[in-house]
Amino acid sequence: MENLLNLNVVWFVLIGVLLTGYAILDGFDLGVGAVHLFNKSDEHRRITLNAIGPVWDGNEVWLVTGGGALFAAFPIVYASVFSGFYTAFMLLLFVLIFRAVAIEFRSKRESRLWRKTWDVLFSFSSILIALIMGIAIGNIIQGLPVDANHEIRISTLSLFNPYALLVGITTVALFMMHGSIYLVLKTEGELQQNLRGRVNNAVIFFVICYAATTMATLIYFPHMAQPFKDHPSLFLLGLLNMLAVANIPREIHHGRELRAFLSSAASIAALMGLFAVGLFPNFVISSTDPNYSLNIYNAASSQKTLQIMLWVAILGMPFVLSYTISIYWVFRGKVKLNNMSY
Amino acid sequence: MDTVFLARLQFAFTIAFHYIFPPLSIGLGVILVMMEFLYIKTKNKMYERMTKFWVRIFALTFAIGVASGIVMEFEFGTNWATYSRYVGDVFGSALAAEGIFAFFLESGFLAILLFGWDKVKPGMHFFATIMVSLGSMMSAVWIVVANSWQQTPAGYHIVGEGLSARAEITDFWAMVFNPSSIDRLTHTISGGWLAGAFMVMSVSAYYLIKNRHTDIAKSSFKIGLGLAVFASIFQLMTGHSSASGVARNQPAKLAAFEAHYDSLAAGDLYLFGWVDENNKVVNYGVKIPGMLSLLVYCDTKTPLRGLNSFDPADLPPVNFAFQTYHLMVAIGFALIGLSLLGLFLLWRKKLFTANWYLKLMIFAVLLPQIANQIGWFSAEVGRQPWIVYGLLRTSDAVSKNVEANQILFSLILFGIIYLLLFILFIFLLDQKIKHGPDEEEHVVNESTARA
Ligand code: HDD
Ligand code: HEM
Ligand code: HEM
Repeated sequence: MENLLNLNVVWFVLIGVLLTGYAILDGFDLGVGAVHLFNKSDEHRRITLNAIGPVWDGNEVWLVTGGGALFAAFPIVYASVFSGFYTAFMLLLFVLIFRAVAIEFRSKRESRLWRKTWDVLFSFSSILIALIMGIAIGNIIQGLPVDANHEIRISTLSLFNPYALLVGITTVALFMMHGSIYLVLKTEGELQQNLRGRVNNAVIFFVICYAATTMATLIYFPHMAQPFKDHPSLFLLGLLNMLAVANIPREIHHGRELRAFLSSAASIAALMGLFAVGLFPNFVISSTDPNYSLNIYNAASSQKTLQIMLWVAILGMPFVLSYTISIYWVFRGKVKLNNMSY
Repeated sequence: MDTVFLARLQFAFTIAFHYIFPPLSIGLGVILVMMEFLYIKTKNKMYERMTKFWVRIFALTFAIGVASGIVMEFEFGTNWATYSRYVGDVFGSALAAEGIFAFFLESGFLAILLFGWDKVKPGMHFFATIMVSLGSMMSAVWIVVANSWQQTPAGYHIVGEGLSARAEITDFWAMVFNPSSIDRLTHTISGGWLAGAFMVMSVSAYYLIKNRHTDIAKSSFKIGLGLAVFASIFQLMTGHSSASGVARNQPAKLAAFEAHYDSLAAGDLYLFGWVDENNKVVNYGVKIPGMLSLLVYCDTKTPLRGLNSFDPADLPPVNFAFQTYHLMVAIGFALIGLSLLGLFLLWRKKLFTANWYLKLMIFAVLLPQIANQIGWFSAEVGRQPWIVYGLLRTSDAVSKNVEANQILFSLILFGIIYLLLFILFIFLLDQKIKHGPDEEEHVVNESTARA
């Protein structure tokens, strides 16, 4: 085993942290979108929309910053993967635009048709975003045809293979569960009662998908499990994940929504951890020739840049965390509509 | 159609669309700070209604700015993979810094600005407004630094050769303060102030003519005018400074801006004209002889390096650069004129009765927008055929694994979506303006609630 204390590893971890932050934070607001159409009345829809109103944009910044950090620390991964997934990526950008616009514009007019249209767009785009991201993860797990020049040439259709779709659906299920719990936390009265029932269904849906994905991964892509065989202590991560998921229905049952939400956040973090451990030290495993794989060394920026970036991160992250925490603190508690709401 | 052309078209289209909104956010952000400051200081409810009204307009431009910005963040990777590998080491860090220092700041405090009126104390709310405004300017800082680096690279060395060549950073601060950063940053930000100031004056002028919300309109107009007077003059200063920088660092670009062909002659300054690139002459032009040399060297006689002395393969499209540049400068002078005229009318106490001036100001909102767009066009097209000046050619920089039909597909989709977005933007903007600021105490009532 190589020395793990170097800048390349640190940056692999930091990008993992940014993307995990993204998955946890935007995960719940995507999930809120995914279950949006289950809420029937306009008032309920407005309440749930305003539950994410003040925070969704900040949540998305985790993705933007993760992208920026990937560009800076591992430009070759940024360039090869994004151009390799060109069309899929463009679709992702389109749905991201639609979603942002739907949130902003839905409540700007009273018309029912107007609101219904944006509701549908909001919900579908949220589902698609989660699905596409899951599909991307699925393809990364399978490996991609990286050539000697680091280029990835692959047809868009073949990205939508069964395994990748399975991972995609699992991601949607995960976010639906996460988002529903968040909503229970932010609502009260009748709406909250409705939502409670749905959380249980969402948990069941996720657990089924998760089990299927795990099986498929172990059978078809045993390389993801190799690190766990080499280092049995890593199994703790898997255990943590299962305990976190199992804990959710219990906390909901006892009315401890915040704990349920934290549990679901922990299970997302554990999943991202499992994914990262399975991949490390690669970003993309080449299915053409393992020597062409993009890893934390051959795809990285110079040591100097990694060092500068580390300073940027050390200076910047405390601010980021303090704003994030203060915003969630200011907007804590149940949602109340007023004249500045969506 | 080849991929390079399509990729350039797509980049130009998506960034030009994005750039409709950030200048407005930068400008309105500063104006919101001024308005809320007046409210905090005077406790006059009129200023509160005024601030809230402009916050709504701000929220609208901001939302579309964000939606279109995400595309930009990833387009370097999708369409310009070779370029991304080449510059990643150097300016990826600027892009990441933008996320960490600017976007988090902006989006976090925006929540308080928009939704926090009853959640936090007025002082805290004002602080959030300042942070949002600062954040919007910080977003400009890092991205303009990155772009300036590719205009005038500094603080790097080249590692590797051929396909795997790339720039690596050697001196971070030299990269950040490359020769054009400061000029271009001040020029872009003040271009944003102009966009915001003219927007506020335009809407206020409309209310004054319609005789609606006159108290708020008068006071908003004066705030906008104050910023416009300052920023329009500042714009000329920073623009001049940029131009002398271009003369030093990108001589081919400056020569193209003024269609100056002959290296033995002093540089003339055209007021307007049409460049015949085949015959290398400017037709229908009016020029001030020697003026360009005067601006660059403080002397009308000194010869200036001309386009003829460059390899034709290293020249940008001359007429395009010439036209966009000249229109920007013309608009610059028009904005100074309009602002000073407004100041004069204010002094003569005629500002709010001079209907002809107010009518003019309704439409003047377009001028800074146009100048901001074509300013970038002249700077970016003038940089061609280089994507990184003197180091990497645009034609070598595209993603080699992306095919023309894929780009065509995404370009068409962007075209449709952005058109829809733009229509929606204009429609909602119009609605908000027609609705106007809330009258006196608004009722916090479910059915009348609007975002
Ligand atoms: C940090 C990088 C960066 C930034 C801040 C900007 N650009 Fe740029 N621009 C590029 C990086 C870039 C580029 C990736 O380097 C392109 C793509 C092709 C090229 O030659 O340069 C480019 C091309 C490009 C072109 C096409 C030129 C051509 O192909 O002939 C136009 C019209 C613009 N840009 C306009 C803008 C506008 C309106 C901007 C203001 C927001 C802007 N650019 C900011
Ligand atoms: C290619 C270059 C650019 C990229 C990659 C880019 C990227 C982005 C991204 C990702 C966002 C959304 C941030 C969020 O989610 O909150 C954004 C918004 C913004 N960008 Fe850009 N941008 C570019 C060019 C510019 C330029 C040149 C300026 C200003 C001079 C600018 C100023 C802003 C501002 C002020 C915002 C906040 C939203 C708004 O005010 O409209 N951007 N940009
Ligand atoms: C008043 C006279 C003006 C002069 C002499 C001037 C000069 C310049 C020059 C020389 C450049 C190119 C810089 C480069 O390529 O590095 C430039 C770019 C630009 N100008 Fe102007 N300009 C003027 C007015 C304006 C106005 C009124 C606006 C907008 C409101 C504006 C917006 C821009 C923008 C957005 C750019 C691109 C960014 C940059 O390169 O700085 N300019 N200007």
